[in-house]
Amino acid sequence: MLTVELTKKWMELFYDEIDKNKAYLSELDTPIGDGDHGNNMKRGVTGVKEGLAKLKEPDLKATLQAIAMALISKVGGASGPLYGTAFLEMAKKCNETQKPEELFTVALEGIKKRGGAKEGDKTMVDVWAPIVKTFSDGSFSKEEIKKAVESTKDMEARKGRASYLGERSIGHLDPGAMSSGYLFETFIDAGGTK
Amino acid sequence: MKKIINSPQDVVPEMVDGLVRSYPEYLERIPDTEAVVRSDKASMKGKVGIVSGGGSGHEPAHAGFVGKGMLSAAVCGQVFTSPTPDQIYKAIQAVDQGKGVFLVIKNYSGDVMNFEMAKDMADVDGIKVKSIIVDDDIAVENSLYTQGKRGVAGTVIMHKLVGAAADQGASLDELEELAKNALPHISTLAVALSAATVPEVGKPGFELADDEIEYGVGIHSEPGYRREKIKTSKKLVGELITKLDEQQHLDPEKQYAVLVNGMGATPLMEQYIFSHDVLDKLAEKKIKPAFMKVGNYMTSIDMAGISLTIFELTDKKWLEYLNYSVETVGW
Repeated sequence: MLTVELTKKWMELFYDEIDKNKAYLSELDTPIGDGDHGNNMKRGVTGVKEGLAKLKEPDLKATLQAIAMALISKVGGASGPLYGTAFLEMAKKCNETQKPEELFTVALEGIKKRGGAKEGDKTMVDVWAPIVKTFSDGSFSKEEIKKAVESTKDMEARKGRASYLGERSIGHLDPGAMSSGYLFETFIDAGGTK
Repeated sequence: MKKIINSPQDVVPEMVDGLVRSYPEYLERIPDTEAVVRSDKASMKGKVGIVSGGGSGHEPAHAGFVGKGMLSAAVCGQVFTSPTPDQIYKAIQAVDQGKGVFLVIKNYSGDVMNFEMAKDMADVDGIKVKSIIVDDDIAVENSLYTQGKRGVAGTVIMHKLVGAAADQGASLDELEELAKNALPHISTLAVALSAATVPEVGKPGFELADDEIEYGVGIHSEPGYRREKIKTSKKLVGELITKLDEQQHLDPEKQYAVLVNGMGATPLMEQYIFSHDVLDKLAEKKIKPAFMKVGNYMTSIDMAGISLTIFELTDKKWLEYLNYSVETVGW
């Protein structure tokens, strides 16, 4: 069950992970993007931290909403609206259900709708879609997350800036898939599966 | 990296501040944003507002085209990163006069998503918003399997057209029609000599050898379609015009506007030489442009290179719009 405490812990760990890997994310973004994914995500998680600190005894909806607004208003580029939409959809749904798999499902639908990407396009969807599925067969784990992130390496990009490279995008991990991998890994570390 | 900056994370706010304080006769900052609006508010009265913007690093685009007769406001994102929806929305609010607001967006996934979210926010508040997504870069094939053609220097032509029409009282629907009609006639192609360095990244977006050039590079160091050894200006022009001709089917019976655009680090001296060759090459085809501009309009930070935009003037009014007088920093 997603709770306010879990969400806060999750965002703290996500901040640390992004902070630690900022240079690596930008490095992944250099050959197939414009080399700024780490900086943009760092601005976003910093905004999340500040946004959450301002809330006084929030409920889950207000917490998820604050995360969404911080990501939308701080990240910029394509990742801002995509991550922001994911959390906004979760905020809309969370009064009805607090099950992570159901919340991640609506988040994934939001991402697909906003960005127009499908599975196999070499985007964050290639992490979100298989991970959402692992909840139903109980295989949600760091191994599965890693596998999903790695799967983007052999794909040819069809969305976003990497798509201009065509075949030359093959052989590189997708930076958005990597940062999504961090998001799910830190969800586990925060105790999200217990 | 050698740049005249204070720190990489302060590049955008300090640049916007420097720009508006240097040109208070044209520009004002929208409070709590990196967006700028016309200081001449009277010039916007009763008219449709025109808002554009995008990542920073393309100066004078987009803020340099804010002023009477052109843009009403421009939103400056982080370097090479789309501005966020809340900021775009504030710009929409700042220019809305009850006649609606028209957005000029470059075709990049980030820009499109952020501007669309801002449009959704404006819809909720009852502000009518329409938009055009500019995709003039013919280096990229239009395909269902990619983001599609990119928006580059031709975006400035779009700013000029809708800005002039809006100033003469065009409605939101009329602006949309004008933009849609003009867009397919605007084609751009670039050649790069060296890549841009994003301040927060600290190194060039790609490597080109000292004697190499690349055709078709985008304005954020997106890869082009071919690398070659450096050629004479005449030969570079030859390649670009051949490709643009395939797209536009240049015809001496028709009228054209030409924009020669420096990418940031290419001196005007070289841009004029390139223009000399462009005009010669067009003259061979018995074409004399009805309108021409040479200079830095849509740059890519410190990239060396040049782009050539050819705009077929199929409607007489378009030439009038290009010649319409404006009060801006950059046009």
